[in-house]
Amino acid sequence: MGLLRYESQTRNPLVTGHKTYHQVTEDIVRPIEAKPSKLWKIGFTISLFLLSFGAYSVYRDVVYGIGQWNLNKTVGWGWDITNFVWWVGIGHAGTLISAILLLFRQGWRTGVNRAAEAMTIFAVMCAGQFPIFHMGRVWNAFFVLPYPNTRGPLWVNFNSPLLWDVFAISTYFTVSLLFWYAGLLPDLATVRDRAKEKWRKRMYGVLSFGWTGSTKHWQRHESLSLVLAGLSTPLVLSVHTIVSFDFATSVIPGWHTTIFPPYFVAGAIFSGFAMVQTLLLIVRKVLSLEDYITLEHIEVMNKVIVLTGSIVGIAYITELFISWYGQNPYEAAAFRNRWDITTPLAWSYYLMMSCNVLSPQIFWFRKMRRNITVTFFMSIIVNVGMWFERFVIIVTSIYRDYLPSSWSTYYRPTIWEVGFYMGTFGLFFTCFFLFSKFFPVIAIAEIKHILKKSGESYKEGVSGIETQAPEEFAHEQAHAH
Amino acid sequence: MSVKKFVVGCFDDEAVLFPAVKKVRKAGYKLHDIYTPFPMHGLDHAMGLRDTSLHTAGFIYAITGTTTALGGISWVFTKDWPLNIGGKPHFALPAWIPITFELTVLFSAVGMVLTFCYLCQLAPFLKKHHFHPRATDDQFVMVIECTEKTNEDEVKSFLAQTGAKEINVQNAETGWWLGRYDKDTMPFQVRKEKTAFE
Repeated sequence: MGLLRYESQTRNPLVTGHKTYHQVTEDIVRPIEAKPSKLWKIGFTISLFLLSFGAYSVYRDVVYGIGQWNLNKTVGWGWDITNFVWWVGIGHAGTLISAILLLFRQGWRTGVNRAAEAMTIFAVMCAGQFPIFHMGRVWNAFFVLPYPNTRGPLWVNFNSPLLWDVFAISTYFTVSLLFWYAGLLPDLATVRDRAKEKWRKRMYGVLSFGWTGSTKHWQRHESLSLVLAGLSTPLVLSVHTIVSFDFATSVIPGWHTTIFPPYFVAGAIFSGFAMVQTLLLIVRKVLSLEDYITLEHIEVMNKVIVLTGSIVGIAYITELFISWYGQNPYEAAAFRNRWDITTPLAWSYYLMMSCNVLSPQIFWFRKMRRNITVTFFMSIIVNVGMWFERFVIIVTSIYRDYLPSSWSTYYRPTIWEVGFYMGTFGLFFTCFFLFSKFFPVIAIAEIKHILKKSGESYKEGVSGIETQAPEEFAHEQAHAH
Repeated sequence: MSVKKFVVGCFDDEAVLFPAVKKVRKAGYKLHDIYTPFPMHGLDHAMGLRDTSLHTAGFIYAITGTTTALGGISWVFTKDWPLNIGGKPHFALPAWIPITFELTVLFSAVGMVLTFCYLCQLAPFLKKHHFHPRATDDQFVMVIECTEKTNEDEVKSFLAQTGAKEINVQNAETGWWLGRYDKDTMPFQVRKEKTAFE
């Protein structure tokens, strides 16, 4: 065991229960081999229903144009771009877990990275829909790609943040997909080699690309994962930075601010972790994977939530302060449209503040961080709050422009705007249900890799002082006279 | 490709596997490969495999992406169709950094994954010989290639001595898959002095 890295005995085990390698395989592959549960079928049906409603809304967008949305003279970006930024942000937690935490050698990521990466991919798929259909004439969407064409050739504007977005989002999607699938290959081979039915053997045989587990292949696989993690780390930071440039490089008061990139990235990780919590709390329960996604994992993610939530809070307050300190009357007016409770959209600003800044502070308490009900409830609250953050940034900045005569009537989405958003939920959950049925939701090989240093059975045999929780130890020390 | 004969031994504990690798190499048997359910750090060195240079390929792909982006955009905006955007310079390097960065990452990632698949000969619909179905579950499967000089029974008893639990002999075709003979069968360093366990 000298080859394995030492892990402090005071850390709680990341794999509870007394597992062997074979037991790990059994536990994680069981849901794939079993018949889908009733709960799965109900969830999948609801998702399909949402997806078809979304598909119908989008079909109407194509046929009638986006005039069926309530966008108006000043509110040119409404629910569509809000949803776009929200979904992209959700994706960020997956890459953070799979890439940044890999570089930081955080063992706990192994329990959650597979599902979080899948979430990233599905979230980016949902996000991509919005700018594409927002174009209106969606059949011309390929015009955003720079290729020698018969229109000149007329090139895209490489100096435009909107084009940077095209490159950022498509690169992000491609790289996340490759990273995820490369990691899946060995686990799909595990499913293939256990399969009893012929169709299953064939299906996973095709999906696993003929993976054998050769030492040379593992060596290359490790190198590949490490470099992809190294590439994804700046990539994930760049993606939301570029999304924030869509706003920050404009001259709209409320958008034109240099704080946006770090503020957006922190917000993205914040909302992403909340979504990971929502999904994993359900997954660990439904697929009974409590031994692999332990309270330890949940607590760590809640720590990330309270940290990023507070960063976001500082950004809000800084923004507000600068709107006064900067002495720019337009900037001040834009912010007055947020904080002044007599303005029509101020409610959204206060909703955002209470969901994103105030409520996550509950996670300063260990008891709350380790409480599943509180965590689940908070994960929903945070995502509602983060949706409203984007809504506040986008709509409250533009619904009253420089010319009071063009101040719009109250912006309220139509059923088709809502339907489009609901449809992306359908897409997201349809994909996630299929993923949880046909793919191992936990990285089997990676769990086996950490089993002998973080597994419960391998952490025994140490003296009492070493197994004592650090909090308890600190408490005793403080009260010792 | 020719069908070869292999002696296959399964280990169920990595603590037994590592010394066994040393013994096998010391005894001079031709170690074909070891199949493991998860990456074993240090096993590649114990087997005498050379380090992969996949990351170098990744770097080359990355700079290809950088040059493609910078070259492409500057050609478009300064030569092919210079657009006057508010009188700003045609060669607007700072505004091109985001796309340049994205293409660097994209080229590197896609190139590396394709190279990885090519080197490891991984593709859908590819048929490979799997020595043991539990090599992807909980067994560490050591495969020794038999040459004309090898005495099968001797290898079998030797493997049993080193701690292998299940031992058998298999015939397998080493395969010609994507137009490249699987060079993994001879991945060892020729330099004799670096056998690591002396």
